[in-house]
Amino acid sequence: MKKVKGKSIFITVCVAPAVILFIIFMLIPTFNVFKMSLYKWGGYSNTKEFVGLNNFKILVEDMNFFRSFQNTVLLIVCVTIVTMALSLIFAGILSREKIKGQNFFRIIFYIPNILSVVVISAIFSAIYDPNNGLLNSIIGIFRGSDKTPILWLGDQKLVIYSLVIAMTWQAIGYYMVMYMASMASVPESLYESANLEGAGKIHQFFTITLPLIWTNIRTTLTFFVISSINISFLIVKALTNGGPDGATEVFLSYMYKQAYTNSSYGYGMAIGVVVFLFSFGLSALINFVTKREPLEF
Amino acid sequence: MKKKVISTLLATAMVASLLAGCGGSGNTPAQDSAPADTAADSSASEAEPAEEAPAEESSEAAPVEEQTLKVAAFEGGYGADMWSEVVAAFEASHPGVTVELTIDKKIEDVISPAMKAGDYPDVVHLATGREAALTETLTKEKALLPLTDVLEMTVPGESVKVKDKIVPGFLDTLATNPYGDGVTYYAPMFYSPCGLFYNAGLFKEKGWDVPTTWEEMWALGDTAAAEGIALFTYPTTGYFDAFTYATLSSAGGSDFFNSCMTYEDGIWESENATKVFELIAKLGEYTEGTTVANANNDNFTKNQQLILDNKAIFCPNGTWLPGEMADAPRADGFEWGFMAIPAVNAGGAGCSFCWFEQMWIPAAAQNQDMAKEFVAYMYSDEAAQIFAKSTAIQPITGVSDSLDGDNKMFYSIYDNGATAVMGGFASTAPVEGVNMLDTLCGTVNSIVSGDKTVAEWQAAVEEASDKLRAAME
Repeated sequence: MKKVKGKSIFITVCVAPAVILFIIFMLIPTFNVFKMSLYKWGGYSNTKEFVGLNNFKILVEDMNFFRSFQNTVLLIVCVTIVTMALSLIFAGILSREKIKGQNFFRIIFYIPNILSVVVISAIFSAIYDPNNGLLNSIIGIFRGSDKTPILWLGDQKLVIYSLVIAMTWQAIGYYMVMYMASMASVPESLYESANLEGAGKIHQFFTITLPLIWTNIRTTLTFFVISSINISFLIVKALTNGGPDGATEVFLSYMYKQAYTNSSYGYGMAIGVVVFLFSFGLSALINFVTKREPLEF
Repeated sequence: MKKKVISTLLATAMVASLLAGCGGSGNTPAQDSAPADTAADSSASEAEPAEEAPAEESSEAAPVEEQTLKVAAFEGGYGADMWSEVVAAFEASHPGVTVELTIDKKIEDVISPAMKAGDYPDVVHLATGREAALTETLTKEKALLPLTDVLEMTVPGESVKVKDKIVPGFLDTLATNPYGDGVTYYAPMFYSPCGLFYNAGLFKEKGWDVPTTWEEMWALGDTAAAEGIALFTYPTTGYFDAFTYATLSSAGGSDFFNSCMTYEDGIWESENATKVFELIAKLGEYTEGTTVANANNDNFTKNQQLILDNKAIFCPNGTWLPGEMADAPRADGFEWGFMAIPAVNAGGAGCSFCWFEQMWIPAAAQNQDMAKEFVAYMYSDEAAQIFAKSTAIQPITGVSDSLDGDNKMFYSIYDNGATAVMGGFASTAPVEGVNMLDTLCGTVNSIVSGDKTVAEWQAAVEEASDKLRAAME
């Protein structure tokens, strides 16, 4: 009895620090976000006014919020599809094919990931520069340089896709490395027998590689949702600041503007609650939809 | 048994940490009582510096009270050195006072975490119109100290009252009295006329005359377009606040301008406001093609560079522009030119918005009396000279006389007949989802690129104005 008691105290003491930290730094702040979304508060004074669900009522009629919602969803969808497709292809090629300088490519693809977002945005401002930018100069070779330049960051219909390109470029390396890691654990024997049966490379990719790394892909899908929401804020903040005229406003940049620039902290937290529920819900949905019987090898 | 012990311990840990979490907001009573503490020892310090300061320097016998004053200042284009110098001079003239100076280019990020926890600086030098909007937030929350008695104070070491040293007109604006009730909350600090910058060398080279009316402006625009030079560019739409304020005032006079700033019903759909909207829309047609693409935080200097490269003629800005572009390459014979915005009505006077930075005292400041003393000291000749060395010009009579070169030209804009426009939108209780400056200025990008019409723009501004009027008291 005494031994059992001592053991349980030992376990409790070991677990307690993590639990306490988790409560202080995760549960309480999250709870506070939910709580503050019910108040009208500027962020500093003691004059908090409880307004119930009023912030959410305003939110439903706020067209600027819906625009930021649309932009975020568009970014999540486009960035996820393009990045996942490209990084799967690159990972497949780099791990299955014998290419010279394999490690070199692996490093090159991974470099954008270790760059700070500010550096990335500086790189892309240079690429998108209307007059001397890399992109317009290359396109100018084909369409003639006397035409009016394409305003990658100025055209309101185009600018969000300019962000998609920057975010994809930034993310490919990270996911590629993740996919390569799980592809490496797929036993070589499966491919050998597939070769003997006469299956082509592409067929092998879809019937062997993809099903066997499915759990990994599922995990990264959740990462895509979370990182798209986070990285889009950083890139928008550095590259366009939501402009021109709100065309690239995303969830978190709009939340920041409301909470700070517009002194409506409570309203900002209401947006935070929507973002929280949205990303939670989307991740759960993705998890549910992609559920498969795990394949063993 | 085992389970019970664990769960009891975990529950205790949870309760303890919950209490710790609540403790954060629980320290407000302590903070509330703070002003009372300072009020108690204030009677001593109040009389001390203002009247006895000169005597104190010689007589060591007088009991000197040790106190610290926390000053937070925004490090703008004028640099940080002048602040250290002023603080040193203040400490020298106020024995026993130690100034803890915090200075940063993003000062709001540095001081606001502590402020949220109830630890406020005593004096803050931070203008309105910044992205983090700390000054506006505290104004909207009514968390600033009225400076009425500072204006009545005698400038330390001198025999003049603060309000008599400040250039007339600077204390009657919404940029010093944010609630429009005549009570001053912001002390006006460094000011800068805003207007249109151009390359005077280009005008000489081409034999053009500097336009003084909008008719001449459009004519110049057509002439220049034939040579591949655009008439106009702007760094970011943020600069349209000064531009719009000046043109509004020019179109309808200062009463009209104040009605706009206080959200009078229908004011943005009035004839005078329509003139301004249409003027900016027409200017949009003459704007350099790539301006919108570069009108963001990363690339705005590329728009400013257009002026230096003779690709665009005019750019609205403040007097910090030449300093900001000091190291940029430029066309041969480049020479800064600066003019007020031409009159909107034929025969009227040109106008220039006068932008200035503000200093204020948070209502929750611990050492309010010394804070007031510090603000009053800012208007002493000693402090003004230190600031003027870094070309930071305060609205003190005679200070701008010490300028030379380009700066003299910039600050003489009002001597040449241009009307000075000062102020800004009146402070209201925060309205969720409504940002007047974003609606008024941010939309300019859409007008230039043709994504929105003037009518849509005008309607949106009026709608925002209606919502904000409802939030005014």
